[in-house]
Amino acid sequence: MAFYKGMTCENVTLKGDQGTPITAYVAKPSGSGPFPGVVLVHHLPGWSELYIETTRRFAHHGYLAICANLYERAGEGNPDDVAAKVRADGGIADAQMIGDTEAAVKWMRAEPNHNGKVGVFGSCSGGRHAFIYACQRKDVDACADLWGGRVVMGKEELNAKTPVAPIEMTKDLGCPLIGIFGNDDRAPSPEQVNQHEAELKKHGKPYEFYRYDGAGHGIFYWHRPLYRPEQAMDGWSKVFAFFGKHLAK
Amino acid sequence: MCTSIIEIAPAEGMAKRGDEWFSLSHTVVAYDHARHAPLGDVITLDFINAGLEPGARAGIELTLETAKELYAALDRAIAAAELEEAEVRGKGAVPSLVRAA
Repeated sequence: MAFYKGMTCENVTLKGDQGTPITAYVAKPSGSGPFPGVVLVHHLPGWSELYIETTRRFAHHGYLAICANLYERAGEGNPDDVAAKVRADGGIADAQMIGDTEAAVKWMRAEPNHNGKVGVFGSCSGGRHAFIYACQRKDVDACADLWGGRVVMGKEELNAKTPVAPIEMTKDLGCPLIGIFGNDDRAPSPEQVNQHEAELKKHGKPYEFYRYDGAGHGIFYWHRPLYRPEQAMDGWSKVFAFFGKHLAK
Repeated sequence: MCTSIIEIAPAEGMAKRGDEWFSLSHTVVAYDHARHAPLGDVITLDFINAGLEPGARAGIELTLETAKELYAALDRAIAAAELEEAEVRGKGAVPSLVRAA
């Protein structure tokens, strides 16, 4: 038997928030399964190649994986340009992200070779979004927040699109959480991570946080100067161990 | 960093992408991690037309130092332009600018 298994990748159309059709990239490991599932929530740079590659990475590790394009409504184009257009529009609404991500979770749960467990994974704004989703919906079994900024938000930062600071939702977190953070990051800063951790403890939520010295934001981004290979490899091992534990049937 | 440092200003003018010029609707200034430049956190400038497709964009990522130099250069050029406008158009130059010239 070959050490490496194959996978099938394709784009699918989901019925996103408010019934709007959105595209999602899916990667399915070869074989009959049953496989656990991971829903990826992309970062502020958009439905980028990094996220498509990371979707395949999860499939390579034996997960059904899906990553919806949360920026589809901004139009077609290079993800870089689409993300810039979304930024110019003040970002996407948290509520819209919930609707789109819920569609991806439903897609996962309808897959015939799915084992019934779903993890939600995101970094940067996607980490923040993944955490919000795990607080607002009860249909995921594990959540990975990688350096999600603006979990702690000042009142002056709240607006119609982001009406509630995610830290205020901690009491509603419905599944175990893993957090990966760099101690040189400023958004989230180590102090903000402390605040979030205190809130998780206060409400007795199951979590594990890993904080790395010599690293800031975007530790896993191999194409950026932010990349920290040693911390990234350790961080990935923590994520896979966490999902392995909570998404096994 | 995942910052919320974003400033959006209306824009009138044009920008170039490839061989094509397009009219602008907005300039977006942000400070966040670079998307393309091999740098950490950067000032990004996006000159866009929100009414066109996402590709209607001239994007720039600058170090904070470069952005400060650009800001100072813009300041000097705008001051000189306003003086020029005042003299040429006969609107009456601001006295302090006249002395500076």
